[in-house]
Amino acid sequence: MARIEVDSVSKVWGATRAVDGVSFAAGAGSLLVLLGPSGCGKSTTLRLIAGLESVSSGRIRIGGTDVTDLPPAKRQIAMVFQSYALFPHLTVAENIVFGLRVRRTGAAERRERLARVAALLGLDKLLDRKPAQLSGGQQQRVALGRAIIAEKPVCLMDEPLSNLDAQLRHEMRREIRALQQKLGITMVYVTHDQTEAMSMADQVILMREGRIEQDAAPAVLYAKPATVFAARFIGTPPMNILSLGRKDLLLGIRPEDVILGDRGIEAQVESAEYLGADTIVACRVGGELALVRAPGRVDFASGAPTRLSWRRDAIHWFDAATGRRRDDVTDAPQDLIRETIA
Amino acid sequence: MTELAAGTIARRRTGRGFIPSIHGWLLLLPAAVLLVSFTHWPTAATIIDSFFSTPKGARPAVFVGVENYEAMLDDPIFWRALWNNVVYCIGTIPASIALALLMAVFVNGRLAGRGFLRLAYFTPTVLPMIAVANIWLFFFSPSYGLVDQVTALFGAPARNWLGDPSTALWCIVVVTIWKEAGFFMIFYLAALQQISPRLAEAAALEGASRWYFFRRITFPLLMPTTLFVLVNAVINAFRLVDHIVVMTRGGPDNATALLLFYIYEIGFKFWDTSYAATLTVVLLAILAAVAIGQFLFLDRRVHYQ
Repeated sequence: MARIEVDSVSKVWGATRAVDGVSFAAGAGSLLVLLGPSGCGKSTTLRLIAGLESVSSGRIRIGGTDVTDLPPAKRQIAMVFQSYALFPHLTVAENIVFGLRVRRTGAAERRERLARVAALLGLDKLLDRKPAQLSGGQQQRVALGRAIIAEKPVCLMDEPLSNLDAQLRHEMRREIRALQQKLGITMVYVTHDQTEAMSMADQVILMREGRIEQDAAPAVLYAKPATVFAARFIGTPPMNILSLGRKDLLLGIRPEDVILGDRGIEAQVESAEYLGADTIVACRVGGELALVRAPGRVDFASGAPTRLSWRRDAIHWFDAATGRRRDDVTDAPQDLIRETIA
Repeated sequence: MTELAAGTIARRRTGRGFIPSIHGWLLLLPAAVLLVSFTHWPTAATIIDSFFSTPKGARPAVFVGVENYEAMLDDPIFWRALWNNVVYCIGTIPASIALALLMAVFVNGRLAGRGFLRLAYFTPTVLPMIAVANIWLFFFSPSYGLVDQVTALFGAPARNWLGDPSTALWCIVVVTIWKEAGFFMIFYLAALQQISPRLAEAAALEGASRWYFFRRITFPLLMPTTLFVLVNAVINAFRLVDHIVVMTRGGPDNATALLLFYIYEIGFKFWDTSYAATLTVVLLAILAAVAIGQFLFLDRRVHYQ
């Protein structure tokens, strides 16, 4: 088990700051997810930890050792690439034991460890195949196998599931999480998919334009988003951010917390999208659009009048100028309170 | 709109039985005429001519059976040219392929001015062989040539590199390697750029050295290219004689006579067309055998993506 510490690390290419003064720590044996939209610097951060890129400034420590200036092979890490990076001319078995061969592990031990990993990942019958003869999910397993056979304390994952279909992704998510917990690996996992982050992580680092937007457990990220960006990145559909005519504050309310009925703010239904378990209703409130997640099937004609209300503790306040969360706003405007408290 | 119209016409034609096959043959005809008249017919004619005597003045060609082939087996210059060609192949092919691979790996890496280097390596390929031969003719000239000027710095005596039967063929070998390596490099470079940089990173994470990665990953993945380059190199070794015409004309004492150059001399200097045809048949047979052998034996060991 090894703790990973990233200490004010930056990566600069010319004028672009791909990673800008990022600091965080992943506890030993935990799964940390680096989450964010394309180009936010999450993959670069991972490659900096791996040593595939060199830092412009800052330090990286793995298991207490400063690895900032060490080559990738000396950092006690394994990595799974988005493209899997399997060697196309080698069999599954040769791909998995590649690293053991490099390090001249004995043939007997190599066979024994290969058998163990193959059984763990259900690859027993595929060992003689070439990667091109495997499905996407099987290739993913081979890449995983190559990472865990090394028995390194840290495993880095660069969007490992983005090439799989939705069904398989769901399965692999659970499998990777179970494997990580069983083997006690410290895992850093890069993804742009908030579902992966929410369902797998012990800790989520949400990144934006090279900086950390929020570093928190998944439940906290959902319940107490630190910024408007975090609020809108987590949750489907995203949180409603309404100004309701105020200049200094923004009101955030999740679609699942809005109640449709005969109390609260006046609104007009624009459209209703039935999804099975619930219906997403788009309502116009003044000049703004608010989404409501109503349970079951709700039929509305376009343009029908309705009223929106919500519980006081479901409200998130954000500073309109900085976009940061404000927990100090206790006295919500009188008119709003009167109209909205159910 | 035009596609739609063409489709309708095609449907109407297929309805009429024999016409569609004529339509197809007509489409094939231009290419077929060119191929037959410039490739297949000359090949067949050459094989036929090799069994006849050379027509001279009032004497037309007569069928002589394998007499031409018997004469060839007794011809010491033929054996000399064949042996020269074997030496030339062994001297040029492995060296130019190895050099091409080395240069390609070098200019594929991250280094300043690699665009310029790539261009520099490729320049010999762009130059016409006649020009190349003239440049090298100067390099090899006794006393004031570049090679002699450099060796003179170390106190070596002046040598007539191209005039000496023991060095002439090796001079030709050097020119060929210089000319061919840059050409083959382009193929290797293209193949190298098809290999994902992620593979090198995955190997680096496992602690593989650059040489280990090259030996276990890069080189096996380049095998299809190597096979292609090898076939081309062999064909070129029997096909390229421009520089011989300029630099040595097969001399001294047939030391640089390659098979094709000898055929050219027999056919167009001595006008013994039947014997030239006989030699050509032998050349074709050698090339065919080598190409088939390469594909049969090496193909099994090659991984295609």
